[in-house]
Amino acid sequence: MKRHLISAADLTRDDAVLILDTAEEMARVADRPIKKLPTLRGRTVVNLFFEDSTRTRISFEAAAKRLSADVINFSAKGSSVSKGESLKDTALTLEAMGADAVVIRHPGSGAPHRLATSGWIGGSVVNAGDGTHEHPTQALLDAFTIRRRLSGGEGDLAGRRITIVGDVLHSRVARSNVYLLSTLGAEVTLVAPPTLVPVGVGAWPCEVSYDLDSVVAKSDAVMMLRVQRERMNAAFFPTEREYSRRYGLDGQRMARMPEHAVVMHPGPMNRGMEITAEVADSPRCTAVEQVANGVSIRMAVLYLLLGGAEPAVSGSLPPEAASSAPGTAARTEENE
Amino acid sequence: MTMTGNTGNNGRTLLRGARVLGGEPLDVLIDGERIAEVGSGLDAAGAEVVEAEGRVLLPGLVDLHTHLREPGREDSETVLTGTRAAAKGGFTAVHAMANTFPVADTAGVVEQVWRLGRESGYCDVQPVGAVTVGLEGKQLAELGAMHDSAADVRVFSDDGKCVDDAVIMRRALEYVKAFDGVVAQHAQEPRLTEGAQMNEGVVSAELGLGGWPAVAEESIIARDVLLAAHVGSRVHICHLSTAGSVELVRWAKSKGWQVTAEVTPHHLLLTDELVRSYDPVYKVNPPLRTEADVRALREALADGTIDCVATDHAPHPHEDKDCEWGAAAMGMVGLETALSVVQHTMVETGLLDWAGVAERMSGRPAAIGRLEGQGRPVAAGEPANLVLLDPDYRGSVDSACFASRSRNTPYQGRDLPGRVTHTWLRGRATVVDGKLA
Ligand SMILES: [Zn+2]
Repeated sequence: MKRHLISAADLTRDDAVLILDTAEEMARVADRPIKKLPTLRGRTVVNLFFEDSTRTRISFEAAAKRLSADVINFSAKGSSVSKGESLKDTALTLEAMGADAVVIRHPGSGAPHRLATSGWIGGSVVNAGDGTHEHPTQALLDAFTIRRRLSGGEGDLAGRRITIVGDVLHSRVARSNVYLLSTLGAEVTLVAPPTLVPVGVGAWPCEVSYDLDSVVAKSDAVMMLRVQRERMNAAFFPTEREYSRRYGLDGQRMARMPEHAVVMHPGPMNRGMEITAEVADSPRCTAVEQVANGVSIRMAVLYLLLGGAEPAVSGSLPPEAASSAPGTAARTEENE
Repeated sequence: MTMTGNTGNNGRTLLRGARVLGGEPLDVLIDGERIAEVGSGLDAAGAEVVEAEGRVLLPGLVDLHTHLREPGREDSETVLTGTRAAAKGGFTAVHAMANTFPVADTAGVVEQVWRLGRESGYCDVQPVGAVTVGLEGKQLAELGAMHDSAADVRVFSDDGKCVDDAVIMRRALEYVKAFDGVVAQHAQEPRLTEGAQMNEGVVSAELGLGGWPAVAEESIIARDVLLAAHVGSRVHICHLSTAGSVELVRWAKSKGWQVTAEVTPHHLLLTDELVRSYDPVYKVNPPLRTEADVRALREALADGTIDCVATDHAPHPHEDKDCEWGAAAMGMVGLETALSVVQHTMVETGLLDWAGVAERMSGRPAAIGRLEGQGRPVAAGEPANLVLLDPDYRGSVDSACFASRSRNTPYQGRDLPGRVTHTWLRGRATVVDGKLA
């Protein structure tokens, strides 16, 4: 793995599988009475959020705390310097505070990349969602969820057919998932009205369809993206009703999915828009599980990026797993 | 300013063995403000001699599109620093764009800029007048008053913004016919470019940056060439950036319509692939396009579809580029690298010879702007507006050496060929041995 996690496209198959495997170890810790590991004691993780996202911030915060890191939450949204040089100034401040990792959420695409490459800071940068670019930890937790449900929690996703439905144009979740899931061997199909598919999508490692019904029956997982109602004001689609009729997931459509197939949603859901309450609350929907898996994934990412010299998990692990952890740390350094 | 370079020689300078327009070596004698003689074995008596062996002599370059930022943004450039940069780049005349603070939409502001240019002494400054009041696209500025002023404005542009209202554009095109003016259009359909950050295509899809479709430029060009034809006016298209725009201009010219067009050096060289770095030094309006567009632009400049090269020199202070992509200003400085980029992209590729460069960086832009005494042949009796360059020079761009107040060049550290060694403005050296005189 590289020193930063900016784009899911930067991850090789082995990197991705390593993160998923490490997250499995972390998940086991969550089942213990004491959920905390000493791994990142003395390390500082900053959650730098230029955009409101309580869900993502809490998930990273829980992950860092379970690894015993010191956590600083820095919300820069709405501050008087939320434009222009503020990212640089903020970065310099964090550098002075000795941040080992900066988890950044920013409304502008490319801000984490800029933070990682501009020389403003020395620590690791984790992209927690930038504009309409990427959200790699979301894709990792989605892959983790799919792997647990469909592939017994190990290996990659070779041959799995995964359908991503909705506002692909504005979705960082879709971009990260297309790269990660295809890297893991899955066949990805994007489904959206043509207005919500970016010009230039032809270069992506996926198929594109405008017809949800023709795809659901062949899907192992159907991931519904949040669609903002305001999009219709910019003529991306005529009405909410027409959108949900053509691209929403209701009980009838879900019934056409294969028996084993799951429904996913990164949240927060627009019930009645892209997903009906019936589907959202069905046992096939993994939305709540995804949230729990998010903490394990983010623990794994922070652990691997910060290259803890200690095994991530000690004591109760089977010998193979315990011995793999220091190995993973060495690997991280080697590939910086 | 202090004037050096011609002292102690009665204003006579002999350039020995210069390759005029890249041809066989000749001697060129400058006497006072004019070229006295061009020939072989000229007598150097009483003249300062410049050994010009191996160097190429061109008429002083003329830029149709320069942002000098004064008045209002003197932190990024002034008329003085901008004209010094121009001289270093081999320019003897620049057109100063109207998007200053206040906007150059009155006779008062254009005269102020014109006067500052005269005082600088490094390069002629021809102010461009705004088409509409405050560049707002709603009400025509006093185009006639700007023309009648001391600045004698002939080129009008809301550059930075598009005159997108078809009626306003039509009226402006018609109105400036009264004084042989031209409207220079920044072709950017505003609704199609809301939130646009870079060329719309494969790279924007991947980077998640708002797409700037080629059609936003092309649809305005299509409309404007039709309008110009309809009312029998001249229209000039600023900074053409797409292959489709080239096709439209080619078609309009084939009809015999009075359409001219420019291309920037950066659109002849750079592509949107560079945006993958998210480095705002590559953020520019119009955006960097694709390899196919670059190829089409080079060919169009070679075959004359595109009339000229214009720098769109757009200085910005460091902090406006030292930030994340979305927050950064659009634009690049270009005066001091334009000739090298043209040598690299057009001459060394065999697309243009030096006479062709002279035509496209001096003759045509001067003609479009109706500038007298600029863009003239290198011949006896002509004003001595000249640039001497060393085409064999090889080096990398170092913005620390720029005369411009700003450093936002996309070429920092890049190897580019050629170097301006001397520039003369009406016989007076403004640059000597690569340094400001
Ligand atoms: Zn412009």
